[in-house]
Amino acid sequence: MISHLRTMWLVFLHLFKKKVTIEYPEEKAELHPRYRGRIVLTKDPDGGERCVGCYLCAVACPVDCIALQATEDENGRRYPDFFRINFSRCIFCGYCEDACPTYAIQLIPDFEMADYNRQNLVFEKEDLLIDSQGKYPGYNFYRVAGLEAGVKKKGEGENEEKPVDVHSLLP
Amino acid sequence: MSATEHILIVVGVLFVLLNIAAGLIWVERRLLALWQDRLGPNRAGPLGVLIVLADTLKLFFKEDWIPPFADKWVFILAPAIVVGSVLLSFVVIPFAPGIVVADLNIGILFFLAMSSLGVYSIVLGGWASNNKYALLGALRGASQMIAYEVFMGLSLMGVVMLSGSFNLGDIVAAQQNLWFVVTQPVGFVIFFIAGIAETHRLPFDIPEAESELIAGYHAEYSGMKFGMFFIGEYLGITLISAMIVTLFFGGWLGPAFLPPLAWFVIKLFFFIGLFILLRASLPRPRYDQLISYGWKIILAIVLANLLITGAIALWLRG
Repeated sequence: MISHLRTMWLVFLHLFKKKVTIEYPEEKAELHPRYRGRIVLTKDPDGGERCVGCYLCAVACPVDCIALQATEDENGRRYPDFFRINFSRCIFCGYCEDACPTYAIQLIPDFEMADYNRQNLVFEKEDLLIDSQGKYPGYNFYRVAGLEAGVKKKGEGENEEKPVDVHSLLP
Repeated sequence: MSATEHILIVVGVLFVLLNIAAGLIWVERRLLALWQDRLGPNRAGPLGVLIVLADTLKLFFKEDWIPPFADKWVFILAPAIVVGSVLLSFVVIPFAPGIVVADLNIGILFFLAMSSLGVYSIVLGGWASNNKYALLGALRGASQMIAYEVFMGLSLMGVVMLSGSFNLGDIVAAQQNLWFVVTQPVGFVIFFIAGIAETHRLPFDIPEAESELIAGYHAEYSGMKFGMFFIGEYLGITLISAMIVTLFFGGWLGPAFLPPLAWFVIKLFFFIGLFILLRASLPRPRYDQLISYGWKIILAIVLANLLITGAIALWLRG
């Protein structure tokens, strides 16, 4: 009986405690930098698209919400012809970001993308591309890859040795 | 009292009561939220009071579904009984001098009879639903009501002995010098416990225990029929609080700087708040614990209280 009364009193005191409710539209929750929200496509430091159209994100996606078509420019640099993410299907699992070999696709801390029209949730490449390097500043895939695609000559990349002249016998 | 005055009182009491019962939706949700460190509904209207309107509209527009396996007419009748019987009990409660619908000589007996009739709604609702959970809830409700009805009546007998009347107005008048909660503390506590069981509020919401019986006797109800059970429960809280105030806390009596009706309402809302606090803080006992607690402990205490009160009353009269 006494413990019941004590319980009631302690619960009553909660009237004056600080409330945990975050009143959302006025007061926003603090999101962590690695929060998995809206998906973006980033650019490399030189302003080119990072995406090389390898389809790994589309394969990794468990709900098949990513569609793209790879193509090449005159220098042999691959880029997506179109890149489409259907956010009404996306489950924000981040597998696409994990799969991406060039840090192009990234999830950012923004979840406020509710819409009345389902079709508005299908984002095209123009909607996805941002003018930023995202979480990996200074990284340019074509500067570390061996491939020559108009960014650097063969043998001039980072940590890349000069091409070996296979016709010479000198060491 | 002229006929028009009487009709005004009846309509006024009905209007205020139904509004209090609806308003308690908001009061309960806000208070429960505050006691659980939340804010509760605070968006619709000032402080969220329009949630009452939203809830009512929602209930009205929901599909009013009568299951094909239900006993149709009994199914419809059951929710009306709970509201009807509780509203009838309010007939005898004196809200302030002159504001009482029917100044019956047998007020307490009438209240007990009407609150006992309320059990029919649970039993009929559970039976007509033709659902095993509803039936189990109805069975529990019936046995709980029978058990706690006994103590409810017996706990009031001390008050009746001291005031010498069954009329609630006379009982309030008899508390002019001293509230009965001082002379009948045991009676008050037992009436309060029995009142919780009678309105089947938490922690004694055994007939509708969500975690065991889905929703108990009203599992099959939807729309405004469910709303009637809902309103009936809030009316029940108001009724038990009003009875506690009238019988043990001096009804409308209070210092003269506030009108009698204001004192009644203040005390009423204090006890309604206490009911909600009980819901926020105490866990539900097991069914057999509740029943054995009632018959083995409370019955003994209430009979002893009756005996001692009777002896003292006799001794005082010499």
